[in-house]
Amino acid sequence: MHALDRVDLDIAAGEYVSIMGPSGSGKSTLLNVIGLLDRPNSGTYELDGHDVAELDDSELAALRQQQIGFIFQSFHLVARMTALENVELPMVLKGIAPKERRQRAADALASVGLAQRSAHRPDQLSGGERQRVAIARAIVMRPHVLLADEPTGNLDSRSGAEIIRIIEELNRDGLALLVVTHDPKVGERAKREIKMADGRISADVLDPVPAP
Amino acid sequence: MMARDVFRLSFQSLRRYPLRTSMLLVAIAIGVASVIVLTSVAEGGRRYISGEFSSLGTNLLIMLPGRSDTAGAGLQGMLIGETSRDLTLDDARALARSPNVARYAPLVVGGGAVSWGSRERDITVLGTNAAFRDIQGWELAVGSFLPATDLDVLSPVCVLGNLVASELFAGASPLGEWVRIGETRCRVIGVLAQAGMAGFFDSDELVVIPAANAQQIFDTPSVFRIYVEASAPERMDRARADIIEIVTSRHQGVEDFTVITMDAILSTFNSIFGVVTAALAGIASISLIVAGVLIMNVMLVAVTQRTPEIGLFKALGANRSQILMLFLAEASVLALAGGLIGYAGGQGAALLLRTVYPIIDFHAPLWASLAGLAVAVASGLVFGILPARRAALLDPVEALAK
Repeated sequence: MHALDRVDLDIAAGEYVSIMGPSGSGKSTLLNVIGLLDRPNSGTYELDGHDVAELDDSELAALRQQQIGFIFQSFHLVARMTALENVELPMVLKGIAPKERRQRAADALASVGLAQRSAHRPDQLSGGERQRVAIARAIVMRPHVLLADEPTGNLDSRSGAEIIRIIEELNRDGLALLVVTHDPKVGERAKREIKMADGRISADVLDPVPAP
Repeated sequence: MMARDVFRLSFQSLRRYPLRTSMLLVAIAIGVASVIVLTSVAEGGRRYISGEFSSLGTNLLIMLPGRSDTAGAGLQGMLIGETSRDLTLDDARALARSPNVARYAPLVVGGGAVSWGSRERDITVLGTNAAFRDIQGWELAVGSFLPATDLDVLSPVCVLGNLVASELFAGASPLGEWVRIGETRCRVIGVLAQAGMAGFFDSDELVVIPAANAQQIFDTPSVFRIYVEASAPERMDRARADIIEIVTSRHQGVEDFTVITMDAILSTFNSIFGVVTAALAGIASISLIVAGVLIMNVMLVAVTQRTPEIGLFKALGANRSQILMLFLAEASVLALAGGLIGYAGGQGAALLLRTVYPIIDFHAPLWASLAGLAVAVASGLVFGILPARRAALLDPVEALAK
C-alpha cells in the first residue's frame, strides 16, 4: 500500500521539488522517508552525507530537529498552546532557554506576518493563519529542508496562494523545498516536478514551463 | 529538554481535562488521606494507652497470682495435687523485709452497691492501704486518705471518688457521714480530687476502703493484686528479685505468681500497636494501588486521544525517551498533587479528631505520612510506565495520520 519500489533520487541543497501522483502512489511515504519519520526496509538514504540506516532513534530525532521542517495538510498545531508556544515547541524539546526561544519564536512569527497574533490559540486563528504558524514552527530551528505535505489542501485558494508565496520565498533564501500535492497548479510551480505511480518515479522533469 | 518545561507541559495537558484530572486527584487524595487518618487513630490510641501506663510510674511492679507462662500449676501440679496459691495480705506484709521496696499496696477489688440515704450506686469497691495513694499519686479534694494502720486492722472508714461523692451527696458535705456498702457501714473520711482515668482505675468512680474490710465484704482471704514501688528506678531488678524470693519462700518454694513491670507492659503494647498501625497503613495503601490502576487506565485513553500530538512531537525532534518522560511526568505530577491534597486532607481530619476528642493525640506517625505520599507517587510512576511506553513506541507516520 505505502510501498516504495526502487526509487533512486538525488535532491540538491536549496532545490524546489514537487511530488505529485494519485493516492497510494507512494508520494507521502517518500516524503516520510526523506523526513526521517519512516525508514526504508532496504536501500540507503543519505541526508547531508549521513547514512541514516546507521542512526538510532535519538540520533534520528536530533537530525530531524536540526535539518527538517514539516508542514502538514491538517496543520498539527497543539490546541491548548498559543501560536507563540506552538512555535517554541521544537526549541522546548531541544532544551533552549525560555528567553532565547521566545525571541526566536517571535521573530519566526513576524517573518510569516503573524507578529500580532502570537498570543492567540489555534481556534482563534483562520486556516491560513494556522498554516503560517506551522511554517514559523517548521523554520524556527533553521533547517535545511522544508517538507510540505499537501500544505494548501485544507485552505481556500487565496490563503493557499499566500502559503505558497511564503514557502517559495523561504526557498529563494536557500531552503530546499519539497511539496507533495494533488493540485497541479501548486505542483507545476516547482523547478523540478516528480510524478509518482505505484511506488515508482514515473517522471522527473527539471525546469518545466513555469506556471502562468 | 528542561525539567521545568517537562512539568509545564504536564500541567498544561492535565488542565485540558479538568473533570478527569480532578476525579483522579480525588481518588489518590482519598488513598493518602486514609493512610494518614487510620494511622493517626492507631498512633493516637497507642500514645494514649502508653501515657496511661507511664502515669503509673516507672518504679512500679505488679504482682498477680498464678504463673502467666504455665497456665496455673500445669500437669505436674495436677498430678501431685498442687494448685496455684492465692496471694494474701501476709504475703504483702512480708515484702517490707526488702530494702529495695519503698512501699507496697495490696488490692482487693469488687463491685458493690454504695448508698447514702435514698441514693444508691453500683460502684467499684477498692480495698487497699494508705500507700496506694502515693503509688497512684492521688490528690484529695477534702478530708484525708485511709489511715496508715496495719493491714489486718478493720476500720469502718472510706474515701469516695469525686463523681461518687457528688452523685450520692448532691452538694451536701460527705465528710463524717455514714454510707452503706453492701451489708456494712463506713464513715466518709475523704473525697478524691477529680482526675479521671489513670492507670487501670477511674479514680472518680470508686470507693476506697481498708483491705481487711474489703476482704470481709467480699468474703475472700486473698488479694487481687499487690502493687509494689521500688525505692528507685535503678533498683527495679533487685526489688523484683527480692519479691520473688520472699514470696516464693512463703509459698513452700513454688513461684506460683507473676511479677510484671510497667516497662514490660508498655513494650508489649507498643509492639502490638506498631503492628496494628503498619497493618492499617498497608490496608489503606491498597486504595493507592487502585488509584494507580485508574491512572493507568486514564493515561491509556490519553495516549489514544493524543496520538496525533505524539506524532507531531516526534516530527519536531522528540525522541522516545522524551515522550516517555513527558507521560511519566504527567502521571507523577498527578499522583504527587493528589497525594499532597490527600496529605492536607488527612492532617485536617486528624486535627478535627483532636479537636473533637482532645483526650487522645491523633497524630499520624511521620513514616506513615511519607509512606502514603511515596506509595502514591510510586504507583503513579509504575502504572504510568505502560501508557508512556506505548506513547514512546508509536510510529510517527501512523500517529500523524490519525
